Amino acid sequence: MNNRLQTFTRGLVKENPTYVLLLGLCPTLATTTSAINGLSMGLATLFVLVLSNMAISAIARFVPDKVHIPVYIVVIATFVTVLQLLMQAYTPAIYSALGVFIPLIVVNCIVLGRAEAFANKHGILDSALDGFGVGVGFIISLTVLGMVREILGTGSVFGWKFITGDGILAFVMAPGAFLCLGYLMVLFNKYLKK
Amino acid sequence: MAVQSNLKNMVVCLTLTCLACSAILGGIYAMTKEPIDQTNAKILSDSIKAVLPDGGELSEVKAAGDLEYYEYTSGDAVSAYAVKSTTSGFGGPLTLMVGVLPDGTVYNTSVLSHTETPGLGAKCTSDPAFMEQWKNFGPDKILAVKKDHGDVDAITASTITSRAYTEAVKQAVDFVKSIAKEAGNE
Repeated sequence: MNNRLQTFTRGLVKENPTYVLLLGLCPTLATTTSAINGLSMGLATLFVLVLSNMAISAIARFVPDKVHIPVYIVVIATFVTVLQLLMQAYTPAIYSALGVFIPLIVVNCIVLGRAEAFANKHGILDSALDGFGVGVGFIISLTVLGMVREILGTGSVFGWKFITGDGILAFVMAPGAFLCLGYLMVLFNKYLKK
Repeated sequence: MAVQSNLKNMVVCLTLTCLACSAILGGIYAMTKEPIDQTNAKILSDSIKAVLPDGGELSEVKAAGDLEYYEYTSGDAVSAYAVKSTTSGFGGPLTLMVGVLPDGTVYNTSVLSHTETPGLGAKCTSDPAFMEQWKNFGPDKILAVKKDHGDVDAITASTITSRAYTEAVKQAVDFVKSIAKEAGNE
């Protein structure tokens, strides 16, 4: 039981995908222009991570070594497309906000990374927990980064404006993303990662 | 790994995986096709409603070059047009629905899709001062932002988005003026 819990919590802090492993930085930098966008991207990735981890741990035994990457990618791409269709149908606002970054979850190295490093060697339940842990870690990272950029850039958080005036616009743009990510990484590694 | 990497195993494995995945995708596609179409149709009809006066008949979609438009008749004459107009904004294409009266007055505008920066250009869908100015924007006013000696108040720090927005409205107005002129000559 203790092991199971560790499988889950490892992704939150010790192996946090964004601040410690530095994986999947392209969607991280691009979609965190506001807290809500970061949160939605995190949720979308969590969905794909859990399902692809489970599917891959179920089929890994039957996949010949030489073709395992193509097989994993097809599985991941399927889940991403399913997610894309579902979002388009039922949450069109979020779908249009995230735009091209939903299909790009396919090439997010976190998803393939967990499949390679964990799911193909462990059982379905453990793999689901691992995907869930890493996914939640990713959600936290993206939401925090999105919040910091939204506060500095526009003086609001989750669209709720509490500072009048325009904010420091650079933080909503790409350079601000790199700056914020860098400083958050420093803080994270100094205070949380023991 | 339990399965050997010989040709037969690899072919079988890849084929089966792809078959299974295609089946899942086909199923989900069939399932979501209707809601997606409905959502898109609703976004379109809501935006047309928002930019035209109340009460009247809407024509089917018509196309002229790159533009799609709808004629809106009350009584016998065409009383307004809803024009779908696209320009490139700061982050990508910016698509508007513009309601225009035959004399070139903008009745109202609404954003169909955009990829502008949140907190900056994206304010073109939420900034009341920017949005309100399009209501009954007269044909004698100049369709350009104030920085370019026009009559449009730009969104603070989002001149490129405001210019693109204005350009999209201008496209629609110019188009309506040209077809209204043709209709008048007949």
